[in-house]
Amino acid sequence: MLTKRIIPCLDVNAGRVVKGVSFVDLRDAGDPVEMAAFYDREGADELVFLDITASSDNRDTIIDVVKRVSEKVFIPLTVGGGVRTSGDVRNLLNAGADKVSMNTAAVITPSAFAEAADAFGCQCMVVAIDARRTQQGGALAPADLLPAGHPGKDEIAINPDSIWEVFVHGGRTPTGIDAVKWARYMAELGAGEVLLTSMDADGHKDGYDLELTRIISDAIHIPVIASGGAGSPSHLADALDGGENGGHADAALAASIFHFGHFSIAETKQELVKRNLLMREAHD
Amino acid sequence: MATPDRMPLVEPIAIVDYGAGNLRSVQKAFEHLGHQAVFTSDPADLKNAPAIIFPGQGASPPAMTALKRDGMADAVCDAVASGTPFFGVCLGLQLLLEHSEEGNVGCLGIVPGTVRGFSDAGIDEGLKVPHMGWNSVKFRGTHSVFKGIPEDSYFYFVHSYFADLTDDSWVEGSTAYGLDFTSVVAKGNVVATQFHPEKSGNIGLKLYDNFVKHLVLKRV
Repeated sequence: MLTKRIIPCLDVNAGRVVKGVSFVDLRDAGDPVEMAAFYDREGADELVFLDITASSDNRDTIIDVVKRVSEKVFIPLTVGGGVRTSGDVRNLLNAGADKVSMNTAAVITPSAFAEAADAFGCQCMVVAIDARRTQQGGALAPADLLPAGHPGKDEIAINPDSIWEVFVHGGRTPTGIDAVKWARYMAELGAGEVLLTSMDADGHKDGYDLELTRIISDAIHIPVIASGGAGSPSHLADALDGGENGGHADAALAASIFHFGHFSIAETKQELVKRNLLMREAHD
Repeated sequence: MATPDRMPLVEPIAIVDYGAGNLRSVQKAFEHLGHQAVFTSDPADLKNAPAIIFPGQGASPPAMTALKRDGMADAVCDAVASGTPFFGVCLGLQLLLEHSEEGNVGCLGIVPGTVRGFSDAGIDEGLKVPHMGWNSVKFRGTHSVFKGIPEDSYFYFVHSYFADLTDDSWVEGSTAYGLDFTSVVAKGNVVATQFHPEKSGNIGLKLYDNFVKHLVLKRV
């Protein structure tokens, strides 16, 4: 039987791992290669690297990080952050990434995402979605960010019934796109997986946005990684839980609780097994 | 962790490069085990290679087009027939079959059967496609490469199509995802896994090490 996946996320800035609280207040949590090897030994099922390097001068540092990590760590690596073109995807795959996630570029130029999915296969293309709850009853600007003639403009725009809006540029820019419709649209366009972050929950350690996770997991046929809000193993269990109130996610991503040693991957998995979730045990 | 305890091979292992996906991780896995492995799209290289690794991601039709264009399709079949140790991975397993329903394309025809899609196979609609993540394999344990792999081991899978074999004698392992599909094919010098050993942690590295130990070094 297929197991649920536990994925530590390493935010990388200029070659070092950091983690923000609601996208600000970055704290240094270590060297990417050391941390990746550590998580592999601990039984992480996969690793996600998000390159949050702002300066374009340092963009190549993530390629070097991926190269070094993939020489030592033999579990799947997903890399995202600042990926714009299918050429960027190729460079990361050639460096040793197994999957590449696109966020802002997928919104602005979905054709670049589709091109990469065609060239390298859907299995390596992840769409990262940063979603925030809309104000009750107050619809946001309709798809302002998208140019006229954007292929999905009518199909994906928010309306007064929308619950979550897609944000881009690291959570700074609202798009006018309904997050659920966007997930469906991207699954059709060739995404192999969704990395779904609740901006409302992220950094608060109060648990994932289970309603968001559940609705999107149920709406699409590709796997969903829940992200944002993990503060304890039981939060991960909730996100993966297939019951009425669970998140129905296929994988759960977390950063701070692992990086700062609050919980190990192994003890997290033990908690999840108690909740009848199937977990992989690593063999030496 | 499997560690090399022997002299490296004199000739490098050949990794068939037909433009499909991430080959570097396969190469890094063999290098990690102490074996030189090189990419090739030249049929002549396969004649002298001590072993052939046939990895692959993506779709069958462009893969078969590239293999035929380069003359690699025939070279792979010839090398397999001549007894060269062969390890297919993911798409590299599927392409061994006779036919793929993905794009309705003819494949290498080394292993009897057809490649089918999970979406068309009538599995539970709640199951996600691609089948992505860690799943277990029920091994028959008849082939030397898979001796000593614990029954409850998990391996990393990413695929939307699966091998449906018509000759049971090739089936070495099966995996459950909505249905039981053949996840490991093995007979004589031919081994192939639907999962990615190079992404399956230590247990995956052990499999590559077993391949070298039991098939490659015994031959050269």
